[in-house]
Amino acid sequence: MVNTTANTEVRGLRRSPAAHLWTDFAVGSVAGERGVTLREIPFQTMVGIRVDPSSEAGRRIGTVTGGLPLACGNVTSGPSGLAVLWLGPDEFLAIAPDNGGVDGGILAAALVEALGESSGQVVDLSSNRTTLELAGPSARDVLEKSCAADLHPRAFAPGTAITTEIGKIPVVLWKTGPETFQIFPRASFADHLGRWLLDGMGEFAAAGSPTWH
Amino acid sequence: MLLFSCPNCGPRNETEFHYGGQAHVAYPEHPEELSDRQWAEYLFYRQNTKGLFAERWVHSTGCRKWFNMVRDTVSYDIKAVYRMGEQPPAGLIPAGTGSTSPTQHAPEGAKP
Ligand SMILES: [Zn+2]
Repeated sequence: MVNTTANTEVRGLRRSPAAHLWTDFAVGSVAGERGVTLREIPFQTMVGIRVDPSSEAGRRIGTVTGGLPLACGNVTSGPSGLAVLWLGPDEFLAIAPDNGGVDGGILAAALVEALGESSGQVVDLSSNRTTLELAGPSARDVLEKSCAADLHPRAFAPGTAITTEIGKIPVVLWKTGPETFQIFPRASFADHLGRWLLDGMGEFAAAGSPTWH
Repeated sequence: MLLFSCPNCGPRNETEFHYGGQAHVAYPEHPEELSDRQWAEYLFYRQNTKGLFAERWVHSTGCRKWFNMVRDTVSYDIKAVYRMGEQPPAGLIPAGTGSTSPTQHAPEGAKP
């Protein structure tokens, strides 16, 4: 998309899928040694990539993204905060921070050019999913209430990303720090998942109560 | 709850997967030469094995890839997981009860 004055004005009107819950997220976040916080990181740039990573086209795309991850759980990092998550042997999700809408599809266009006429696919999926960030000492406890994947650090170290389900909602789950998880639900699930996580966080606000398990 | 070992993702909860029926049912080499009955048998007739059975699964909420699995339909014991295009480990499927032959068998009592 070309950066015209018109679409710059449109960007001022952007509304993220969980924007109506931001106050609830702030109120529901818990401080302290059993704390857990929830926030939405809106408008991240996301591009879906389908390509054989060992092919010539995969190599060309890798030069744009700083490589492609080759195994389940792996994430590669590239320029300007760009990360590429492994979704499958030939499927990847590139994620870059929102920079006020300045990108305007530049990343997707660069990847389309890198793919060229080779077999594969590059699609701008920026508004397909939003980002919910769950962080704090109790973040893993909240997730484990309704996510069956093994989230113990020995199986799910910081820097790992998988596709799985949280409360039957299909998500991409990326552990970005020792106690920080970024969750990528599709936009239409953002309201339900946001409220679902808030519900799971509630018990940690109660002083001195035992954990659920 | 069962854990399935996806060839791409490792052990995951069974709820992340969907079933794809009997494995190794080959597409007919000359479908245009089949009678309606033979075509129907290719499309719809499957083994109903009690015991070890080779079947297809897809990791729907994970890598979205298909793979094969040999599962005991009585005990749910998973004996082998292998990729599409590969054959089950030798000797695992007893002759006549599994699904490694592309030949379709008419059910008992059916007229040819
Ligand atoms: Zn998988």
